[in-house]
Amino acid sequence: MLGEFDPRLDARFDAYDRETLTARLRTVLPADGLLSAPEALRVYECDGLAAYRSLPGLVALPRTTEEVREVLMACKAMGVPVVARGAGTGLSGGALPFPGCVLLSLSRLAAILAIDPDARTARVQPGVRNLAVSEAAGPFGLFYAPDPSSQAACSIGGNVAENAGGVHCLKYGLTVNNIAALEVVTLDGEILHLGGEALDAPGFDLLALMTGSEGLLGVITEVTVRLLPQPAHARALLAAFAAVGDGGRAVAAIIADGVIPAGLEMMDNLAIVAAEQYCGAGYPTDAAAILLCELDGEEADVASELARVADICRAAGASDVRLARDEAERQRFWAGRKAAFPAMGRMAPDYYCIDGTIPRARLPEVLDEIARLSISHGLPVANVFHAGDGNLHPLILYDARREGELDRAEGLGGAILELCVRAGGTITGEHGVGREKINQMCVQFSPQEIDAFAAIKAAFDPSGLLNPGKAIPTLARCAEFGAMHVHRGAVAFAHLDRL
Amino acid sequence: MPISIDSEEATEALAARVREATRRRHSLKIIGANSKAFLGRRTSGRPLDLSGHRGVIAYEPSELVITARSGTRIDAIERLLAKHDQKLAFEPPNFGGGGTLGGMVAAGLSGPSRPFVGAVRDFVLGVTVMDGRGRSLRFGGTVFKNVAGFDAFRLMSGAMGCLGVLLDVSLRVTPRPRQQRTLAFNEDWPRAQGRLTSLLGRPLPVTGAFHDGARLYLRLSGTERAVAHAASTLGGDKAALKIWNELRHMRHPFFAAPRLWRLSVPRTRSVDGLAGDWLIDWAGAQRWLVTPAPDGAVRDAARAAGGHATLFHGVVDGEDAFEPLSPPLMALHQRLKAALDPAGVFNRGRMYEGL
Repeated sequence: MLGEFDPRLDARFDAYDRETLTARLRTVLPADGLLSAPEALRVYECDGLAAYRSLPGLVALPRTTEEVREVLMACKAMGVPVVARGAGTGLSGGALPFPGCVLLSLSRLAAILAIDPDARTARVQPGVRNLAVSEAAGPFGLFYAPDPSSQAACSIGGNVAENAGGVHCLKYGLTVNNIAALEVVTLDGEILHLGGEALDAPGFDLLALMTGSEGLLGVITEVTVRLLPQPAHARALLAAFAAVGDGGRAVAAIIADGVIPAGLEMMDNLAIVAAEQYCGAGYPTDAAAILLCELDGEEADVASELARVADICRAAGASDVRLARDEAERQRFWAGRKAAFPAMGRMAPDYYCIDGTIPRARLPEVLDEIARLSISHGLPVANVFHAGDGNLHPLILYDARREGELDRAEGLGGAILELCVRAGGTITGEHGVGREKINQMCVQFSPQEIDAFAAIKAAFDPSGLLNPGKAIPTLARCAEFGAMHVHRGAVAFAHLDRL
Repeated sequence: MPISIDSEEATEALAARVREATRRRHSLKIIGANSKAFLGRRTSGRPLDLSGHRGVIAYEPSELVITARSGTRIDAIERLLAKHDQKLAFEPPNFGGGGTLGGMVAAGLSGPSRPFVGAVRDFVLGVTVMDGRGRSLRFGGTVFKNVAGFDAFRLMSGAMGCLGVLLDVSLRVTPRPRQQRTLAFNEDWPRAQGRLTSLLGRPLPVTGAFHDGARLYLRLSGTERAVAHAASTLGGDKAALKIWNELRHMRHPFFAAPRLWRLSVPRTRSVDGLAGDWLIDWAGAQRWLVTPAPDGAVRDAARAAGGHATLFHGVVDGEDAFEPLSPPLMALHQRLKAALDPAGVFNRGRMYEGL
C-alpha cells in the first residue's frame, strides 16, 4: 500500500541515536516542546488522509523561527529526516511522518504579527488558521481570498506549502497569487526572505517556487499575505439540469460570455441527494446535476450579470433556475455544497476524495468515464467540483472494514487521476501530491522531468532529509510502478498544425 | 539563423547545439525579437535565435487558455485574443511591436494593470523548456488549478532566460472588460498617494493608477454599470484611454531618458533623498526615475523604502542592472541554475555576474 514507505524505492537513511538527538533537542526547545512518548506520537501518525499512518520518532513543537532553525540544524547534523506539519488537515498525506522522523509541528507559531490596512497586507506566523486571517482583516473591510474547504482549521503555512485553492479561485486566484513574502528556514539553518512588500523581488521567483513545494525545500516560518477589499454585494443562483452534460455546457457558455463568477460549483445526483438528506438545502433531488453560481461586486451590476447567467443556463437546458431571494437563501444554497463531504460520511462508512483538474470542455466525457470506472470497480462515486476551473472532486464511497475495499478505492482513485491526465489535465488541482499521488506523478511527468524536479530539490536540500518520499517520486519508484510508457512524446505539441 | 522547431529532427538539432555548448561550456545568448536587449547586464555569447519558432498551438476561448511557441509575436497573440473579446490581463510591454512570447515570459515585465490583476507569472500555466542537457521539459500544464510538481513554470518568468530555452508557453487569458474609462485628478503625488490608499481599500474596479508629476490618472474597467457607478463616486475629469498604452509600451516621452531607473517599492511608502524626475505607476509600487544621483544612493533609497532598484536603461559593460542578492540567496540561485543548466550556458551573466 502507498501509505508505507518502501526503503528500496523512496529513501533510506542510516539509523540515528534517538537518545542523543533527544538530548540535543531538549537544549533548544522548551520543556513541553518535545514529545517522545508513544501515546503522544500517535496523535501525529496521519493527516487528513487517515488511511495512511506511520509513527514519527519525535515530535518537535518550536515557538520561534530560531527554534525551528535549531531543530533543522540538529536533524541535518545527525542525518534525521524532517516532516513539517501545519494543522494536519491535508488530504494527500503530505504531513504523513516518514517512519522514525522528526515531525516538526508549526502549530505554536500561531500569531498574527501585523495587519497593514493601507498596504492591504497581513504578516502572520505559519500556524495561523486561514479563516483567522479574514476574521482579523474584517474590521478593515478586507479579507484573504483563498478559501479551502478546511479554512476553519487549516493553517496558512500549510496553505502555502500546498498552494491551496478553494471555491473562489477562478476570480481571486490560488495561494501563490495572494501572497507577498515568505520567511523560510533551510535545512542548513539559513533564514531566507523571499518576495517582499514590493510587487516583485530581484532574482528568480523563489516565492512562487516555494509555494506548493510540499515541505520539500524549506520550512515556512512567516507569511505575508495580500488582502482584498470585501465585495459590496454577493448573490447566488442555483440551476438544475436533467443531464450532467447540459450543466457542463452551461459552465463553458458562462465563461465564454466573459463572466468571471466568484464561485461556480457543480454537484451530481448522488452528491445532491446526500447533501439534501444531510442539511436540507432545498436542492432538487431529481436533478442529474446542479450548478451553483455566485457573483460579487456592486449591487446593480451583480443583478444584471446574474440575469445573464440565468439566461445562459436556460439556453443550455436548465430545467429550473433559482435566484437566491435573500442572504439567508444564498447561505442555504452554499450550505449544501459545503456539507457535501460530511454528507458522504452518512452514505458510506468511508469515502476517498479525489482531486484532479481537466479542461472544462472535457467535463461531460470525463464524467461518463468516471461512471464507467465506478461500475467496473464496484464502488459508488459522487461528484462535486469547482466547475469554473475544471477541478474535480470525485468522492469514492467504500467500507474499509470489508476485505480489499480500500485497495479497490485506491485503484479506482488512481484510474480517475490517470483519466484526468489523458484528458489534458492534472492529477492534483489543489490537494497536493503528497504520499497519495506519488505513483501518478510518473504518469504525468517524464523521467527527465522527474529528474529535473529532483535536481531542484537537491539545490535546496542535497541530503534529501526534508519530507522524503513525498511529492516527487524517485525514478526507482516510477520504474517499479511501471508507468513510464504511458507518458507522451518528448516534445509536447511538436507536430500539431499552426493556427 | 532563426530556428523553427516543428519536427523531432529540429528539436533534436536544437538539443544538439545546447549539448555541444554545455560540453564546451560556451555561453548561448537566447534571442526572440531582441527588443529587450537593453535589459540586464551586457553579455556576450553565441546567439540562439528563437524568433522563427512561432505559431499558436492551441486556443480554446471557453477554456481561457492559449498555448503558443515561444517565438510567436505578442501582437499576433493579442490580435487573435481580441477577436474573441479576450486579452492578456497583465498588459506586457511590447517594445517596437515585435516582442515575442518567450521574451515576454523571460523578462517578466507587466504593464499598468499589474497591481490590480497580477503579473506575467500569475498567468503562466505551463511551459516547455529545454535545459542545459538538451532535454525538453514540460512543467505545469494548460489548466489553472494544478499543483503537481514544483512550479518550475512560474520560475521561468523573470528568470531572463538563465534557466533554459523556452519552447512553448501556455497562458491564462481573460475576458476583455466591456467598458473602460480614465479619470484624471490635478494633484501632486503626496495627495494622490493619500487618495489611492483610501480608494484601494474599497471594492472599486480600478485597473490603472499612474501619476505623471502633475496629475493622477485612474483607469476603471468592468461592466458599463460598474464603471459608471465607480466613476460617479470618484469624481475627477474624464481623460483619454490612450495614455495607458503609452505607459504600457513605454512610449511616454519620459522613457526616452538614456539612463532610467525602475524602483519597485511598497506603494504606501515614500522614497526619500533622491533628486530627479519621477513617473509613478502601479499606484506607487513602480516608480521610474531619471536622476543624477550615484547608483549606490538610488539602490540605498529603494532599499530604505522596502524595495529594490533596477537600472532599466543605460547599463554599460561590467555594470549591474538588478539589485544584488544576499550571499546565501546568490548561492541558492547558483545551485538552482546548476540544477537545470549545469555548465551555465544560458544567458550567462545576464542577470548577475556568476550566474
